[in-house]
Amino acid sequence: MGRYVIRRLLQMIPVFFGATLLIFLMVNVMGDPIAGLCGDKACDPATAAQLSKEYGLDKPVWQQYLTYMGNVFTGDFGTAFNGQKVTELMASAFPVTIRLTIVAIVFEVVIGISLGVVTGLRRGRPIDTLVLILTLVVIAIPTFVTGLMLQLVLGVQWKIISPSVSSEAPFNELIIPGLVLASVSLAYVTRLTRTSIAENARADYVRTAVAKGLPRFRIITRHLLRNSLIPVVTFIGTDIGALMGGAIVTERIFNIHGVGFQLYQGILRQSTQTVVGFVTILVLVFLLANLIVDLLYAVLDPRIRYA
Amino acid sequence: MLLEVRDLHVEFHTRDGVAKAVNGVNYSVAEGETLAVLGESGSGKSVTAQAVMGILDMPPGKISSGEILFKDQDLLKLKGEERRKIRGQEMAMIFQDALSSLNPVLSVGEQIGELFTVHRGMSRKDAKAKAVELMDRVRIPAAKERVGQYPHQFSGGMRQRIMIAMALALEPSLIIADEPTTALDVTVQAQVMDLLAELQRELNMGLILITHDLGVVADVADKIAVMYAGRIVETSPVHEIYKAPAHPYTKGLLQSIPRLDQKGQELYAIKGLPPNLLRIPPGCAFNPRCPMAQDVCRTDVPPLAQVSETRQSACHFWKETLDAR
Amino acid sequence: MPEPQPYDPAIAGTGAGGAMDLAISEGSSLDGGPGGLPKDPSEKARSLWSDALRDLRRNPVFIISGLIILFLLIISLWPSLITSGNPLKADLSKAQQGSSPGHPFGYDPQGRDVYTRVVYGTRTSVTVGVCATLGVAIVGSFLGALAGFFGGWWDSILSRISDIFFGIPVVLGGLVFLSVVTGSTVWPVIGFMILLGWPQIARIARGSVITVKQNDFVQAARALGASNSRMMLRHVAPNAVAPVIVVATIALGTYISLEATLSYLGVGLKEPAVSWGIDISAASNYMRNAPHMVLYPAGALALTVLAFIMLGDAVRDALDPKLR
Repeated sequence: MGRYVIRRLLQMIPVFFGATLLIFLMVNVMGDPIAGLCGDKACDPATAAQLSKEYGLDKPVWQQYLTYMGNVFTGDFGTAFNGQKVTELMASAFPVTIRLTIVAIVFEVVIGISLGVVTGLRRGRPIDTLVLILTLVVIAIPTFVTGLMLQLVLGVQWKIISPSVSSEAPFNELIIPGLVLASVSLAYVTRLTRTSIAENARADYVRTAVAKGLPRFRIITRHLLRNSLIPVVTFIGTDIGALMGGAIVTERIFNIHGVGFQLYQGILRQSTQTVVGFVTILVLVFLLANLIVDLLYAVLDPRIRYA
Repeated sequence: MLLEVRDLHVEFHTRDGVAKAVNGVNYSVAEGETLAVLGESGSGKSVTAQAVMGILDMPPGKISSGEILFKDQDLLKLKGEERRKIRGQEMAMIFQDALSSLNPVLSVGEQIGELFTVHRGMSRKDAKAKAVELMDRVRIPAAKERVGQYPHQFSGGMRQRIMIAMALALEPSLIIADEPTTALDVTVQAQVMDLLAELQRELNMGLILITHDLGVVADVADKIAVMYAGRIVETSPVHEIYKAPAHPYTKGLLQSIPRLDQKGQELYAIKGLPPNLLRIPPGCAFNPRCPMAQDVCRTDVPPLAQVSETRQSACHFWKETLDAR
Repeated sequence: MPEPQPYDPAIAGTGAGGAMDLAISEGSSLDGGPGGLPKDPSEKARSLWSDALRDLRRNPVFIISGLIILFLLIISLWPSLITSGNPLKADLSKAQQGSSPGHPFGYDPQGRDVYTRVVYGTRTSVTVGVCATLGVAIVGSFLGALAGFFGGWWDSILSRISDIFFGIPVVLGGLVFLSVVTGSTVWPVIGFMILLGWPQIARIARGSVITVKQNDFVQAARALGASNSRMMLRHVAPNAVAPVIVVATIALGTYISLEATLSYLGVGLKEPAVSWGIDISAASNYMRNAPHMVLYPAGALALTVLAFIMLGDAVRDALDPKLR
């Protein structure tokens, strides 16, 4: 187990550097990093040259990348366009996005798995068909449309929620945004659970459990669900990273000041340091989430042993 | 009588039509008695057993008529919850493929123990102790250490012993073993079969042994019911059937057992294939494959005729079959 | 392992690609009959196709989604068939007005006819979807097939590179890429989708090629001295095509959705391009008073994406023998 973790961590290194380098190149080479440093105004040539030198932008790109990464490992993510430290932005943005992600994951687990179990056990019945069509519709409607609609109906017309989230972003204000963020994954979790349940319900060990005279509820929770949830847990785990990175749209609609909001601002103002810094952390979260999922797999399925 | 199946009919409704899997089966098992149900795959032997256990998949399966009397009550008239309480406690089942029949993600101790926690309301700790006790009883070495292991960590024979331990756990009065040794190596087969027979004697249980292998049956069974296309074609005490079968199908089965004294001869095989259950031939279902078939066999279903006090055969020509030896 | 629904990273960021290609390669594993001569799976593949076709013709989901897609293709080629208006003609005096005779969907914030813009927007969405899917399918299956066929260091490098692309959330990557590669045409958007989308198809193509390659008949052909390119075309390709088609069809829908999302965020297409995403974005500020300006393009978008996803779903069910 220990050796497996180490091997996986080693494998993550090239992926981590590859992904961050890619983003670094895109932002640095194709864009104009100086533009962002002068705030909203255009820089005059002299200031630009001076800033170039100050930030080491006159050096080759690979050197810039190495310098940047060196700084990152000492905890220095640089400065954002408004002079704020990027780490400060992170300290305010990440807790918000993490709360939003938690809400989304809770929706996926509670609603997605329940619907999946219900439909998986009633394959071909009206409720199954209805939920299947619903999931297709949810998958088909882009998140930003779902978000705008819910905001319009719940926030503007019915006034159940406030259409924009306050800057503290407490959990209760994040319920609907979390649902919007989760919506597509929620549909996938439902379908995945349904397929998995339906397949396992025909398994021999379920028949054995019935022959043992176990109550139906116990057969479903203890025998069927334990086996069926293995692929679902994998999906949800992998989704954590994706949700945090994909929160941009949701955060924009509901005006949530999280990671997506800061990234969006960073991109609009071409603040290299903000963008690369946030993306670096997101890639790291994504890779770690994948690793944890792999390890969880071994816990859920005793047949899997990592060497 | 411990168990009596009376005129049981089971159908499967499929996309291609109605498959008549069981067509009027009668059999009975007394306490301490072993009934071997013999037949090819598709003969309805497993479906009958599943109907008795109450684990038939419904739909597509459907019990269209019949009675299953267990200790003089008709199981088919019981409510779901009453039926459930009989399963595991009063009757238990051993399946063919222990690897797929055991839950891969629960330890064998949990799987044996849950019978005690669910049916007897025992604590998990006591149930675990019981599981160790049972594993000892089916002679799994180092039971105490292995109780927390998972099915894939056991060998095929050991897994089947775990299935047996599970079936015996609550000391039921009837055990149904569906091809319990088919998936095992030949040497292990004998050990598992002996163990099963021994425990059955000890606990004085009724045993229904479903198999397609006549060789397995001879040593353990008291009586045999041979099934073909969802019907019983012959019933007999075990020794008499070996001496003189009263149905051409049984005869064919016996002739296709390899024997040491017939070295060099070609092994006999029943020609043709088992019938399609969607289109069972009219008359005697065996007629297309029967060497003795006459016109009457193609039109009239042969009734189960009393051959002797203890024997029955569903063949128009059972006398001729008996005499042909 | 139970088969997860094909899951497209284009929507939720990054995907469970590994699990998916495992399931698909299991589903398409083709073995020769027991004891018999190794069968050429291209024969099996033919019967797979004809079976699938027979299934599809009876499937109402396939027929309905197919008809919708046919309709969308026709009006994106000849929008003037169902509208005589000009999507760019603005009449500010009518801005935000609701439905009126001849203008069933009303007017947008700049007084342009919403119905005409929705019709013309089809062309943009379909172009992006089709071109991005074709590009992703070609690049992805080529690279994936190479990796699967030759294995070794090719395979390792390609796997690592695709890991890197999977590590970048799609919307995020789109924001960065498209804020530097700009333009009002569809090409930067399509280019970006190909850049980030190919690993998904590559993994599937790689998986199927490896499965097919292990078959006896391919080994035999190799022993008989068949050239690599001939074997790829004759034996391996026909069997690897099915899973790629399934995933590509579903991906087509999600690319359309992604284009709209990026345009909504202001980095995809830009005015004067006609795109549902742009229109929704522009209209969303006035949603309180004139929700129709959002609802019609959003409805068209949802219907289009739904049609492609349903088509892909139906094709997958037909091609996956395990589900029969």
